[in-house]
Amino acid sequence: MEEQAPSPVMKPPTKSKGILRWTKENLFNTWYNALFTLLAVVFLYVVFKGLLTWAFTEANWGVIPANLQIFLVGAYPKDEIWRVWIVIYTLGLLLGLSAGIWGGLALRLALVIGGVGGGVGIILAFFPAALSNRFGLLGGVALLAGSLFLGRGRKELRLWVLGGWLLSFPWTMIWLHGFAGLPTVFTSNWGGLLLTLILAAVGIVVSFPLGVLLALGRRSNLPAIKWFSTAYIETVRGVPLVTILFMAQIMVPIFLPDFRLDKILRAMLGITLFSAAYMAENVRGGLQAIPKGQHEAAHALGLNYPLTMLLIVLPQALRSVIPAIVGQFISLFKDTSLVTVIGLLDLLGIAKTVIANPDWLGLQAEVYLFAAAIYFVFSYSMSYISQRIEDALGVG
Amino acid sequence: MENNLPKSVSEKIPFWRDVRVLRVLFQVGFLIGILLLAGILYMNMLRGLRGLGLTLNLDFLNDEAGFGISEGIAYEPSDTYLRAFWVGVINTIKVSIIGIVCATILGLVVGIARLSSNWLVRNIAAIYVECFRNIPLLLQILFWYTAVILQLPSVRQSFTFFGGVFINQRGVYLPSPQATSGVQIWLGCLAGGVILAVILYLVRLRKLRQMEQPGFPAKWALPAFLLVAFVGWFLTPGRPFTWELPALKGFNFAGGTYLSPEFSALLIGLVIYTGAFIAEVVRSGIQAVAKGQREAAKAIGLNEFQTLRLIVLPQALRVIAPPLTSQYLNLTKNSSLAVAIGFPDLFNVGNTMMNQTGQSIPIFGMIMMSYLIISLTTSAYMNWYNRRINQIGR
Repeated sequence: MEEQAPSPVMKPPTKSKGILRWTKENLFNTWYNALFTLLAVVFLYVVFKGLLTWAFTEANWGVIPANLQIFLVGAYPKDEIWRVWIVIYTLGLLLGLSAGIWGGLALRLALVIGGVGGGVGIILAFFPAALSNRFGLLGGVALLAGSLFLGRGRKELRLWVLGGWLLSFPWTMIWLHGFAGLPTVFTSNWGGLLLTLILAAVGIVVSFPLGVLLALGRRSNLPAIKWFSTAYIETVRGVPLVTILFMAQIMVPIFLPDFRLDKILRAMLGITLFSAAYMAENVRGGLQAIPKGQHEAAHALGLNYPLTMLLIVLPQALRSVIPAIVGQFISLFKDTSLVTVIGLLDLLGIAKTVIANPDWLGLQAEVYLFAAAIYFVFSYSMSYISQRIEDALGVG
Repeated sequence: MENNLPKSVSEKIPFWRDVRVLRVLFQVGFLIGILLLAGILYMNMLRGLRGLGLTLNLDFLNDEAGFGISEGIAYEPSDTYLRAFWVGVINTIKVSIIGIVCATILGLVVGIARLSSNWLVRNIAAIYVECFRNIPLLLQILFWYTAVILQLPSVRQSFTFFGGVFINQRGVYLPSPQATSGVQIWLGCLAGGVILAVILYLVRLRKLRQMEQPGFPAKWALPAFLLVAFVGWFLTPGRPFTWELPALKGFNFAGGTYLSPEFSALLIGLVIYTGAFIAEVVRSGIQAVAKGQREAAKAIGLNEFQTLRLIVLPQALRVIAPPLTSQYLNLTKNSSLAVAIGFPDLFNVGNTMMNQTGQSIPIFGMIMMSYLIISLTTSAYMNWYNRRINQIGR
């Protein structure tokens, strides 16, 4: 028997490439990429040198800690800020429990919020001139983590937590506004990040069902409803939000003289009516993607129109457009800054008043960059969560 | 046969359970509700207007406006309100068109850069996109206006580029081309160049068809045209155009093209913000082109640029066109943020008119109509473009 020669053993291809190899493959693989790399390095050097020199030698960051409170809550009275903390703790508790019970989206949201809150809390704790109760944020994060741990696997708490979410909105408003014996804080004193978040939350919560109704209306085969929905959606989408906000300010008192809506409520009305039209278009995209057979099957089972929509069509349609809806939420959050133009003191409005303060003249760049950083953290977190949902659902 | 059917089917359905009747009833109810609401609002409006002592008509448009507009087409405070509004409309269209062109170029470059094989370029582009699309546009515009442009040096210490571009806190001064008497000679040269180029293009196209080879049909025509234009430029006595340079006269620059700080800030804000969104549109469009298309292009020997120009971009354009349209519309509508920094666009002028006349209802109507007309025209054009590129090969 002729013995077969063993095949020569070869080493597996190396996976780690070494920094030189990586540089060659990713930065200098062709002559024009080498050129681009050099240009990019020069660009980065110029930009970062200028930015860092400015940030560490010329900029006066003292304006931020000195005005931190009004950036966060506007003119909300100092003695009543504990009410804001109660609201934050309530929401933290609810979010923690939901994250523990359902996992998934709620868990991601809790992790992102907890991470950001914890990070900011640690930074604040080292700041000399921060809020008097600067450990409050860390307490909130601890509460979030604690309730997450408590809620794990407690399916029987489901209904309680859902009810809690439903009540959380009036609860928030009652605490912020004041009730029985508590001094009333008028909405004109709400401001800063607090107002931005309230405007965004109201806009999201109210415009979503409105948008779904409008989308169903546009897809309806009843001509009157279809025409009305289409006309509403197209008109609103054709004009800028600033126009709608000004109209809400000027026209509501003309058309509804008997309702004394205050400025903030009128702004909420404008934002909600505007956002609903965009929401409707996103939902319509999802509705169009549902095969006709689903409608027909539901019909065959004897379901009427509301039940077909509620049980069969909408759950599938909404699931497929979650990324688009979250994108709409992000742009709604950014759009709340437009209330500055009608004179409300949201985060951007507060930034403008701080700049106009004679004690802090000439610090536009510092103040705007700080406000921009806050907006960035919120919108980037939302788009990060949306990306994760997209990956998890396999849609988008 | 009919007797075999169940009783409930053969019976006539009562009208309150007949779907056809219900549909009509439901819609009639809906319409009555809407009309009732509109009626209440209308009565309230009449009551409010009586209280203010106003009547609902458009006569005020022919009155003298009496307020100044800082920039735009020819206008005097003694002109009518209608003229003032028209100046605002033209300003909105101007900033939108320039903004759309610049944002498209920026977005295209960044979108392609995000897919570059160069790690550094790819990540710089990604950081740009993530930073600027997650910060509100109004904040960005205010930043460019108050923290950058208004902080620039004064007129006497302007930044100067190439001896003809001056940037200071009063705005940007650019050289503008001025036609001389020789411009007709040069235009004649250009016309000749175009004729030559068309002939060369057709000749080469025919030749390529005969040889049945791929190629760039304008390979001869383009250089020929440029050569004629170039030679003609220097043969024209006194050159066809001279650059009128801005020059310091007294306390300010005179001559050349002038961009006000408000216009510059609005334009920079709109272009950088919308550019980030367009970059994402371009990137997803290019990624939507099937991988096999690139591989096939590589297999038949096209290089990277040819693949991009001949294979990827034409197909990506079909995916890109609809979302690009909505970005263009967004840019146009976002130009209304001009009201925050005092650029006299149509919304800002309309707002001033409302403050002066109190005629908020007709003026809001005019503003909304203007935006709707601009939006509908843009989307009609883009839909036409979309249809055109979709016809190819489908």
